[in-house]
Parts: sequence; structure tokens; C-alpha cells
Amino acid sequence: MSLRRGLVLGVLVVLAVVMLFPFLLVLLNALKSPADYTANGPLGLPESLYLQGIVDFWERVDFGLKLTNSTVIAGSVSVLAVLVSILTAYALGIGRVRGRVWIVAVFLLANLMPQEALVYPLYFLAKEADLYDTKLAVIIIFTAVQSAFGTYLLSSVLSTFPRELVEAARIDGAGRWQILWRVVVPICWPTLSVLLVFFFIWTWNEFFIPMIMLVSNDNQTVPVALGVLQGQRLMDATAQSASALLGILPAVVFFLIFQRTLTRGIAVGAIK
Amino acid sequence: MAVLTRPRTGRAGYLPYLLPAAVLFVAVIAVPLAMNIGISFTRWQGVGSPDWVGLDQYRTLFADETFWVSFGNNLALVVAMAVLPTLFGLLLATALFDVVGKRYARTTTALRAAFYLPQVLPAVVAGVVWGWILHPEYGSANALLRFLGLESWTQNWLGDERTALLSVMGVLVWIQLGYPLVIFLAGLQRIDPQLHEAAALDGASWWQRLWAVTVPQLRPEIFVVLLTCTIASLKSFDKIFVLTRGGPGGSTNTPAYFSFQNFFEKTNVGYGAAIATVLTVLILGLTFLFLRAQNRSDG
Repeated sequence: MSLRRGLVLGVLVVLAVVMLFPFLLVLLNALKSPADYTANGPLGLPESLYLQGIVDFWERVDFGLKLTNSTVIAGSVSVLAVLVSILTAYALGIGRVRGRVWIVAVFLLANLMPQEALVYPLYFLAKEADLYDTKLAVIIIFTAVQSAFGTYLLSSVLSTFPRELVEAARIDGAGRWQILWRVVVPICWPTLSVLLVFFFIWTWNEFFIPMIMLVSNDNQTVPVALGVLQGQRLMDATAQSASALLGILPAVVFFLIFQRTLTRGIAVGAIK
Repeated sequence: MAVLTRPRTGRAGYLPYLLPAAVLFVAVIAVPLAMNIGISFTRWQGVGSPDWVGLDQYRTLFADETFWVSFGNNLALVVAMAVLPTLFGLLLATALFDVVGKRYARTTTALRAAFYLPQVLPAVVAGVVWGWILHPEYGSANALLRFLGLESWTQNWLGDERTALLSVMGVLVWIQLGYPLVIFLAGLQRIDPQLHEAAALDGASWWQRLWAVTVPQLRPEIFVVLLTCTIASLKSFDKIFVLTRGGPGGSTNTPAYFSFQNFFEKTNVGYGAAIATVLTVLILGLTFLFLRAQNRSDG
């Protein structure tokens, strides 16, 4: 019995190490000098700690700027999309607006649309509206995309919201707007915070539409800068491992900060 | 009841709250989608005025071998992103839950985190990581094979038509595995332990209990995972872009990538729009079938 337990545990640990092995390889090689890499290959430990590869790559892509762009875009989208979602879900879930089932269905469909079916018109319209190659265009697009999901999720959460609370607040003389901010938002805060985190990470990770919209170096996000460089096949081994490390680090930081929210959120989001 | 206590205008008072979402939806989703469908009936280079050609693009598309190859490749990606992760995720989640489980909560959390980590990476970054590992000259995969004395097994993983699609599939399994694992682990907490105890008393083996108790109990989660992962695989653009750019010789092309090529590389916009429209119809059709199957099995 306990032998079998130990064996299964052993297999699970080995598999987990296999899953993490690529991360370890990236870390080892991003800290290795090109000469060391050429002489000893990608599997050995670095002979000495070499940070120049990362510094060079950082400067080559102006990584600080890319981090700022990604943060501005993902941050704005997550706040705006949560705002839009809660407003819509309030009208649908608590306001019980006529035709709400159809409205929710439309948002669900919007959520399924492949970006391929929207990208060319969006590109065309952004050019017409002088929004092409601006962060604002990407912020508007992803606020719409994420709030389609947020509306769908939140309106099902709010449809089970305790009506006594809303009625009690109304009897106390609170209007719709006050009820939303003083009653509904505080009570739904756990769900809203999950959405904030998810919208931030999802938007951070987006590549296709940001790549089409953001052509100038000054506006590009982290994934766009790294993806375009990788697509051009212009990096050597050291640059590639440095690029991989710089791309991984923010994701790992988010993961460590938000681990609880993430795992709780995935379970909530999937079953709703 | 609520109607009695409130005037009818009560509901209408909520309409302004729908305004921001309505404006965004129309501008970013409805209008572009309609435009895309419109463009798919034209021949257009992206500049000047489009020429109306009716269903020509669709006729060309259904006779286009490149499209059908890309479609077939996408079926392979469904296997890699939906089928295999669901199977492995189910096995891993049950093993983790049964063996490590609540008694060693910290170990479970650590193992779950290890499997889930690739999921939080931007797909592009996962592509950079694997593009580097699978590089024929300086990549770790071939270095490892040489180190093990398996020189003859070394490959140009992403650059050879025979191995490219399989390599992409492997990368996708690595990326995707954590998602079903986490969902199933959450679902397993919900199952009444008495079901397993009763089955064990009846002499059911671990595999029999997995099949007879766990799988039916996890049916809602399995449905959701299969549906969302299948749809995600039909939207495979970013991974293909960084790993192979659809090559070599179209052996890893997908409809999503093929539409991008037509939109932005060949400026064959009408054709790209037709591919994207077919992709949309496919996704909506699949979702409809899935939801119907789910309703039927619930009822």
C-alpha cells in the first residue's frame, strides 16, 4: 500500500520536474557567456555568472519600455473591463432588463469569436479613426473582448444575488447607482478581484491583435517584441535564452503573487 | 412578485448601465464581424475599392488543398490541446488527489503549481523557449540526445516536415496540461468520498473506480475542458507564428495562421476573410453541438 503510494508520488514528482526542466534550462543558459555556451553546450552549468547577455538583450529591445507598455495596456484593460462588466451585469442580473437571456447569449457568442474574424476590419477601422499604432486602440479592443467574458460570468453571479439586500437598501432611500457601489460591488468584490487578475494576465499574454496594431517600437508590448524577434529568426543562442528568461520572469512574478486567486478563479470560471 | 411592488419603468431605468458594453460590442465585435463577412464576398487588396465576387472565395477555398491540409493539421492540434491534456490531466489529477491529497496539502500545491506554470506564460514566450530548446544546432533537445549517445536520434525538430507537427503537438501538450489538471483537482473535491468507499468495498480496482465513479462525476468539468481547449486550438495563431510560421512546406499551417497569411502577407484580404468566416462558423457549430450534447447528458 505505502509502497504503491510512494511509487505514484515518485512518478508525479519526476513528471513535475520534467515540466519545470525547460524553465531551468532557460535560467542556466541565460546566465552563461556565449563562449561558454559554444564550448560546453546548453546542458552544462555556467562556468561563471554572466549577466551581459541579459543586459545586452534588455537594451536591444528596450525591455523597460516594453514592460511599461504591457503594464499600461493590461492595467487599463483590466480596470475598464471590470467596470464595464459590472455595469452590464448589474442591469442584467439585478435590474432584470427585458431580453436579458438573449443579451447574455450575445456576449457569450462574442466571447467565442476568433480574433482572425475581427482583425482585418479592426485594423482598417483603426487606421480610419487615426488610432492605428496607438495603445488606446489595443485598450479599447481588449476592454470589449474581456468584458464580454466578464459580463457573462458576472451576470450569472448577480442573478443569485440576495434580493433582500437590494430591497433593504432601496427602502433606505438608496438609488440604483448607490446600490451598485455601496451594496453590490463590496459583496461581489472577491469575484471582481479574480476578474481583475485574469483580465490583466490575459491581456498581458495577448499577441495577435497587439502585433497587428502596434508596429512601432515605442508602443510594443513584451510578447509582441519577443514574438516578432523570434519570428524573424535573428537571435543567437544566448540572446534567445535571455529573451526567454525576460519573457518568463513577469509571468512567474504574477503567478507567485496571484497563485491563490488564479487557482480559485479557474475553478469558478470553468464551471459557471 | 417584483412587478407588483415596482412600477414598470423600474427595469428601463437600468438601460443606461448597458450603454458602455453596447457601444464597445458594436464597435469592436458586431461591426468588424459583419465587415469581415462582407469582405469575404469580395476580391480586395486592402486598398482601393473591393470587387464583389459573390461566393467565389468560398469556392476557391473548398477546392484549396492548402486549406484542407491546414484543417487536418488543426485536428492534430485538437488532439494535442484538448484530447491528450484531458486524458493526462484526469490521470494526474486523480493520482494527485488520491495519493498526495489532503494529507500533504503543501506537496499537492507545489506539484499543481509545477504543472500549471506553463499556462501562465504568454504563448509567445513558451514558443521562444521551445524554439530555442528544439533548435537543430544549439538546442538542448539534440544536445541531450548526443549526451546520451543517441546521435542518430537528433532531428531538425521544427524544420523537418516529418517531425514539425509532432514537435508542435508536444509543445502544446506541455503548455496545456496544467489547465485540465487544476479544473479536475477542483472538481474532485466535490465528489462524495462515500461513492469511492462503496465501490472499493465492492472490490473495484483503482482503474475501475476511475472509470465508474470519477469520470461520470467529473462530466461537467470534462465537457468544459474539452470545449474550451478545442476552441482554443482552433485559434492557434501565436504558437504557430513563433514556432514554425506554418512551415516547413505548410506542414504546421492552421486555418488561423493561413487567414493571417492572406490578410497581411499576401494581401489577399477577401480570401483571408473567407477563411476567418469559415473558422467562425466552425467554432459556433462546435459550441452548439457540445452544449446540446451536454444538455442531453444532464437530462
